[in-house]
Amino acid sequence: MTFIPDKAPPHPATVIDWLRARLFSNWSSSIATVAIVYLAWKILPPLVEWALIHAVWSPDNPSLCREAIGQGACWAFVADTYRFLLFGTFPAEQHWRPALTIGILLALYGISAGHLLGRFRLASVWLVGLAAIAILMWGGALGLSYVENERWGGLTLTLLLATFGIGLAFPLSILLALGRRSSIPLVRWLAITYIELIRGVPLISVLFMASVMLPLFMPAGISFDKLLRAQLAMILFAAAYLAEIVRGGLQAIPRQQEEAAQALGLSYWQRTCYVTLPQALRLAIPPLVNTFIGFFKDTSLVVIIGLFDFLTTIKVSLTEPAWTGFGVEAYLFAALGYFIFCYPMSRYGQALERRSAPGGGICALKKN
Amino acid sequence: MSARFHRATAARQSKTAWSWRQAQLRAVAFQALLAAVVVIGAGYLISNAFENLEARRIASGFGFLWREAGFEIGETTFLSYTAADTYLKALTVGLLNTFRVASLAIVLSTTLGVLVGLARLSLNWLLAKIAAGYVEVMRNVPLVVQLFFWYAVITEGLPAPAEALNPLPGVFLSNRGLAFPVPASLAPISIDYPILSGFNFTGGGLLSPEFTALFLGLALYTAAFIAEIVRAGILAVERGQFEAAYSLGLNQRHVMRYIILPQALRVIVPPISSQYLNCTKNSSLAVAIGYPDLVSIANTTINQTGQAIEGITIIMLVYLTISLAISGFMNWYNWRFALRGTRS
Repeated sequence: MTFIPDKAPPHPATVIDWLRARLFSNWSSSIATVAIVYLAWKILPPLVEWALIHAVWSPDNPSLCREAIGQGACWAFVADTYRFLLFGTFPAEQHWRPALTIGILLALYGISAGHLLGRFRLASVWLVGLAAIAILMWGGALGLSYVENERWGGLTLTLLLATFGIGLAFPLSILLALGRRSSIPLVRWLAITYIELIRGVPLISVLFMASVMLPLFMPAGISFDKLLRAQLAMILFAAAYLAEIVRGGLQAIPRQQEEAAQALGLSYWQRTCYVTLPQALRLAIPPLVNTFIGFFKDTSLVVIIGLFDFLTTIKVSLTEPAWTGFGVEAYLFAALGYFIFCYPMSRYGQALERRSAPGGGICALKKN
Repeated sequence: MSARFHRATAARQSKTAWSWRQAQLRAVAFQALLAAVVVIGAGYLISNAFENLEARRIASGFGFLWREAGFEIGETTFLSYTAADTYLKALTVGLLNTFRVASLAIVLSTTLGVLVGLARLSLNWLLAKIAAGYVEVMRNVPLVVQLFFWYAVITEGLPAPAEALNPLPGVFLSNRGLAFPVPASLAPISIDYPILSGFNFTGGGLLSPEFTALFLGLALYTAAFIAEIVRAGILAVERGQFEAAYSLGLNQRHVMRYIILPQALRVIVPPISSQYLNCTKNSSLAVAIGYPDLVSIANTTINQTGQAIEGITIIMLVYLTISLAISGFMNWYNWRFALRGTRS
């Protein structure tokens, strides 16, 4: 089998040409094609039958699901619990509030990804949006009833954890990256220790630290609730990873930029804020998108410390007597839920990367 | 004029001298301040911790490690363990379980990752698209969800041991895990087959549903990332290298072996080593599906003894050591490889 196209495949003139070039170019390729088609023939029809044709969709009669076990999937589970999966235990008559929150967050992502606004307008839109979300979710103002954050949950909580986590980790990560490149030894050592310590341990241990260790370090009488502690852990965790990306951006800036700024008589903070950091952050955007995807997926780990995010609500719904034993369907749905968010983000990140990729091996090959 | 010039120069010199000293002074003062803040902050937190521990009547220190653990562990590797053993032994069993699942997952994910990475570069359209789809699905679904899914497939989707699937002679796949034959002795050759007795298999080897789900989930997830690294590594080799090698009359195997792979591996090894690290760290998700790895046993220990600080310190120290060991090994390998590349 040819691992590398030593010439890019010729653009086929007809369907037959295309088939010959891309499916039957030599004997090993032909064998692979036949094997794949055979496997698809064996696997796909029963799968489609299970997932779609014999599946139970209506939640009215859970016993139908029991009867269909082995023949059809039980999507009725999702139809029955979707509000819980979206909003957690938020008061039912107030569900429009988390729904609006999800809408605002999606709009903010869209505006940011589409480059629709300038930097300062974008920042102010985000501030207004996040403030609106805080009022919507907590209430207690503008005639909205107060809802304690133990009742937040579902997809809303997943989006909030990811957004606030990355948003608050970002400024911290810039400080850490600058600290790691600082000429002051103590600052540099502290930054290196922090970054390497956090990156060397699994997120779960940081979450455990926040959930069981942090309360021990607080003075008697002061306690954060679980959500805040988990959010704090995620911020501290994400900051270490983001810091390395920002540092990568800073390292990619030619030294002459720094020297020229110094020659102009700019101070350290002036050089950093007006010359190096803006360029570094622009370079760091594609890897930042990838980190955000990773972070979005990582929010699902709060299931382990018992926070009611999207995954936990699914897990909890499975303990209802009507729906026990439908884990395969439930987790397929969970996978679909995360995929719907992560896949467009990863495509966006790849597009950004392609736009900013320097010339070289990959591009030379692609251009052909 | 000359006097004025000298005065100006002197002023400038003294000014630069002053500002140099000032910057140095500033740095020293800032460091002293920072050190004070760090020390006072840490001291404050630690004194809080001591007060809280005293209030809860928890003795600090690692003395609890030699106390009796009193809990059973579902599966043990290499060590025999009972509830009467110490916490230290329980944690060691957990660590060995972590090593077992992580090392096996690394082996499988490397094999699978290389295959998928090469498949993505294949001229065969179907193969390339399937590999690309695999990578996208794996990378865009959280690992915990995948672990829950595989665990559900094994415990709910597979039949009970009595109706176990029997894909190969002696191999049984059921909701109690994967039972397979193991060689009992080499001379004379005898093989220990799993036999159904009661509700489960005895004899042979048995992989628990927890282990199988974690192993499978970890390996399939990590393989997607390794595939991307392998693909990028091969693509990073300039096309001219292929053309030059072929024009020298080397055959395809030799082109790959002597020209492309050495250059590609230099790009591949550093990111792949961080994937191995990630795989080891991700094995801590075992706690989500109940596989008794280090984190899940440390968690049980913390819940029983209240020794949260010590328990989490142990987890962090162990993972830091593993991280340093893997990155050290990979640095050594990378250095050796780069050296050989430059020598030839």
